[in-house]
Amino acid sequence: MSAAPVQEYYQKLQEEARTKSAAQKHLPRVRVGVATCSIAAGAIRVKEAFEDEIKAMGLEAPVIDTGCMGHCYAEPQAIIDKPGHPPICYGKLDEDLARRLVKDFLVDDDPCFEFAMAALEPNDFFPTFEDYPRGVYEKKMILGQCGFINPEDIGDYIAQGGYAALAKALEQEPEDIIREIKNSRLRGRGGAGFAAGLKWERCRAAESDIKYVICNGDEGDPGAFMDRSILESNPHLVIEGMAICAYAVGAAQGYFYIRAEYPKAIERVRLALKQAREKGLLGQSVLGSEFTFDIEIFAGSGAFVCGEGTALVNSMEGNMGIPETRPPRMADSGYRGKPTVLNNVKTFAYVPAIVRNGSAWFKSTGTPESPGTAVFTLVGKINNAGLVEVPMGTTLRTLIYGVGDGIPHDKEFKAVQIGGPSGGCLPEAMLDVPIDFDSLKEAGAIMGSGGLVVLDEDDCMVSIARYFLEFTQQESCGKCTFCRLGTKHLLDILDAITRGEGTPESLDTLMELAEDVRDGSLCNLGGTAPNPVLTTLRYFRDEYEAHIREKRCPARVCSDLILYYILPDKCSKLCSACVGSCPTEAIYTREDGIKAITQEKCVKCDNCLKACPPEYLAVIKLSPPVLPEQQEGVKN
Amino acid sequence: MKMPEEEREVILSQVGEVLKDFRLSRESLIPVLQKVQEKLGYLPVLAMEKVAGDLGIPAVDVFGVASFYNQFRFNPPGENEIKVCMGTACYIAGGKIALDSFERRLEIKEGETTADRKYSLERVACVGCCTMAPVVVVNDKVEGHVTPTRVDGILLGLETGRQNEGTGRDGEGRQNR
Repeated sequence: MSAAPVQEYYQKLQEEARTKSAAQKHLPRVRVGVATCSIAAGAIRVKEAFEDEIKAMGLEAPVIDTGCMGHCYAEPQAIIDKPGHPPICYGKLDEDLARRLVKDFLVDDDPCFEFAMAALEPNDFFPTFEDYPRGVYEKKMILGQCGFINPEDIGDYIAQGGYAALAKALEQEPEDIIREIKNSRLRGRGGAGFAAGLKWERCRAAESDIKYVICNGDEGDPGAFMDRSILESNPHLVIEGMAICAYAVGAAQGYFYIRAEYPKAIERVRLALKQAREKGLLGQSVLGSEFTFDIEIFAGSGAFVCGEGTALVNSMEGNMGIPETRPPRMADSGYRGKPTVLNNVKTFAYVPAIVRNGSAWFKSTGTPESPGTAVFTLVGKINNAGLVEVPMGTTLRTLIYGVGDGIPHDKEFKAVQIGGPSGGCLPEAMLDVPIDFDSLKEAGAIMGSGGLVVLDEDDCMVSIARYFLEFTQQESCGKCTFCRLGTKHLLDILDAITRGEGTPESLDTLMELAEDVRDGSLCNLGGTAPNPVLTTLRYFRDEYEAHIREKRCPARVCSDLILYYILPDKCSKLCSACVGSCPTEAIYTREDGIKAITQEKCVKCDNCLKACPPEYLAVIKLSPPVLPEQQEGVKN
Repeated sequence: MKMPEEEREVILSQVGEVLKDFRLSRESLIPVLQKVQEKLGYLPVLAMEKVAGDLGIPAVDVFGVASFYNQFRFNPPGENEIKVCMGTACYIAGGKIALDSFERRLEIKEGETTADRKYSLERVACVGCCTMAPVVVVNDKVEGHVTPTRVDGILLGLETGRQNEGTGRDGEGRQNR
C-alpha cells in the first residue's frame, strides 16, 4: 500500500470542506448550542427566534446547530460570529434577547456587551474565556471543539483538521501506532484507568481473522453526562479515534454502545456515521487505502452493570447483562468470542490528538502516572455547573472554587462526591488531593466516569450514602451473593438509621458488611458499591452517630427526624402564603392571626418553607422532631 | 384480565411488522424489544411470546432479558407520562420531594399507571440536565426546578390541556404541539 494516495485523498476532502466554509466567511453566523441539556433550557425556541428575526430583517445569516460548550449554568447559549468583530458568546438567552441581538448586533453593529459571556478570540474590547479563572485552570484536549463546530456537518470537522490523524495513522504501521499510544500512557477514561495501549497490543497480538472495536457510551452513573455531551457535540472525534484503533488492532467492524435514554446522541452519531461513509472515511477502502472499517450502533437498554465489559458484551449478544469471570480477557475473547477492544467514549476521543501531536505532547499535561486531562461533570451545589476539562493533578479545591466558582448562597461546603455510585464522598480536609486515578483511589473515592457532585451544609451524608446504595442495590445483576444480598442488607441498615431506628451496633455491622461486599463480588459494581458507605463512615461518622444516638439529622433532611415549625415571633399575621401552599391543609391560622402547623397532617413536602416570603423566613425545620412547646414542657 | 381479540391481533401484527426488519437470531432480541416497545408503548406478554417463537428462543429468556433492563415496561403507559429524575444532582436538590408530591397528587406509586390510564409515574436515572435540578420529564418535555407547587402547576396544565404555557422556559415539547 503506498502512502501517497491516502494523503492525496485526504487533502482533497479537506480542501473541499475549507472552500465550502470559506464561502460563508463573509456572512455573519449564529451558532446556537443545541444538545439535550440546552434543549431542556429552551435552545430550540431561541434558535427559532434567531431564524425568524433574521428572516424578518431580510438578512443573510446562517443559524447553525452546535453542541455543548460545557457552560451548563448559562444555557441556552449562542455564538455570534460577525465579520469585523471577534466571535462573541452570549448566555442565558431567551427569545426576546435573541431578537434583540439580531436587531442590535447583526443590523446595527452594536455587540451588546452587557449580555455577552466572553469573546472567543483576543481583542481590544471584551475578555475571552481564557481571561476568567475557569479559562486559566481549564485545558481542553478533547472538549476543545465541542460547542463550536457543527456536529451534524462533517465538513466543519474536516475543515478544522478532522480525520487528519486517521490519514496519518494509515501511513504508519499498526505497531507504530500502538507503540505511540503505549508511550503516551493513556489510561482508560471509563473509570478503572487501565492502560489503553496494553489492551490494544494484546488485541493486536491475538490470533483471529475477525476482531471488534467497541465504544462504551453506556453512561450509567446518575449525575454524569460527559459521554453524551461529547457524542452530541463532536461525534466525528470519537469515530476517528475508533477507526485509528481498528486499524491498529486489525479490526474491520466497530460498535457504538449508547444508552437508549440518549436519543439525541444516537441520532447525531447515526448521521455522523452516514456522512463519514459518504466521504469514504468508513466502509470499504478507507481514504482510498486497503483498510476496511465500519461502525454500527447498539442502543443499550439501561443497566448500570453493563459498564462492565463482559456484561456489555453479553447484552450485545442478546442476553442479560451479567458479568463473567476473567480471564479470558476481552482482548483475547470478547464479543462473539473474538478479540475485542472496548474503550470509553473519552478514551477514543484522546486518540486522534495523540496520533497527530505525539505521545510527548500528551504527557506534557497531567501527572506522570496519569497524563492528560480529566473531564468532569461539575454539578450539585456549585455556581458554575457544567462540563469541565482540567489537567490531571489539579486539586479538588481548584476545581470547585477556581473552575466552579464555589458554593452558591454563602453556604458552607460539606463534601464532594466523586465517581458516582462507585465513588466516595471526600470532606473539606481532602480538598487538596490532586485529581488523578491513584490519588483519588487512595482517598477512598475513584475517578470513575467523572461525575462530581458538590454537597453543602444542607445535605445529609447518611441520606447520600443511602441514595447510592439504593441505586447499586437495584442495579446489582444478582450473580454474586455478596452483592445481591449484601447491598440489600446495607440498604436496610441505612434505611433504619435515616428513620432514627439505628442502634450503636449498626455502624460496626455496616463496616463489616461493606468490606465483605467489596471482597466477595466478581465485578466492580459490587467491588465498589460500598465506597459511598465506607467514605461517609470514615469522614462523617459524627452524622451517623447523631442519627443513631440523638435521633437528629444534622442537615435536617431525613424526613422521619425533622418537623416543620412556624416561628410565632417571625410570622406576619397579614400573609397567608404558607396556608395556600400546603397540599394537605395542615396549616391553619391561630386565633391571634399567627399561622401554625398541625403536625399530624404535615407530609413534610417543603412547600411552606419555600412559600414563606424572604422578609419573614418564619418556617423552619427542627431536628430532632420535637416542638419548642414540648421541649419547654420537658424542662419545666 | 382477558385481552379483547382485536387488541391481540393488533399486537401480533405490529410485532410481526417489527420482526420483518431483523435477522431472526438471538442478537436481535434487544433491538427487537426496543422497537416493539416503541410501537406499542410497552411489552405485553403476548408480544414477548411471539418474539420468542419467531427468534427461536425460550419465552422465559425473553422475559428474563426484558425484565433485566430498565428500559422495558410491562404495563401500558398512561396518556401522560411523567418521569421524575433521580440522578444525584436531582436527588440532592429535592427530586424525592417532587416524586412524593406526584405520588400524593395522582394517588399512585412510582412505576404505576392511574386506573383511568391518564397518568403514569416513573423514576428515571439521570436525564443529563443536572443544572436544572430537580428535573421532571413530562411527555418528553423537560421541566426544570420542580418544586411541589410546580407539581400542582404541571398537573393542572395537563388537566386543562395547556401543558406548555406559563412556565416561560420549556424545551422541545413546544415543537410537537
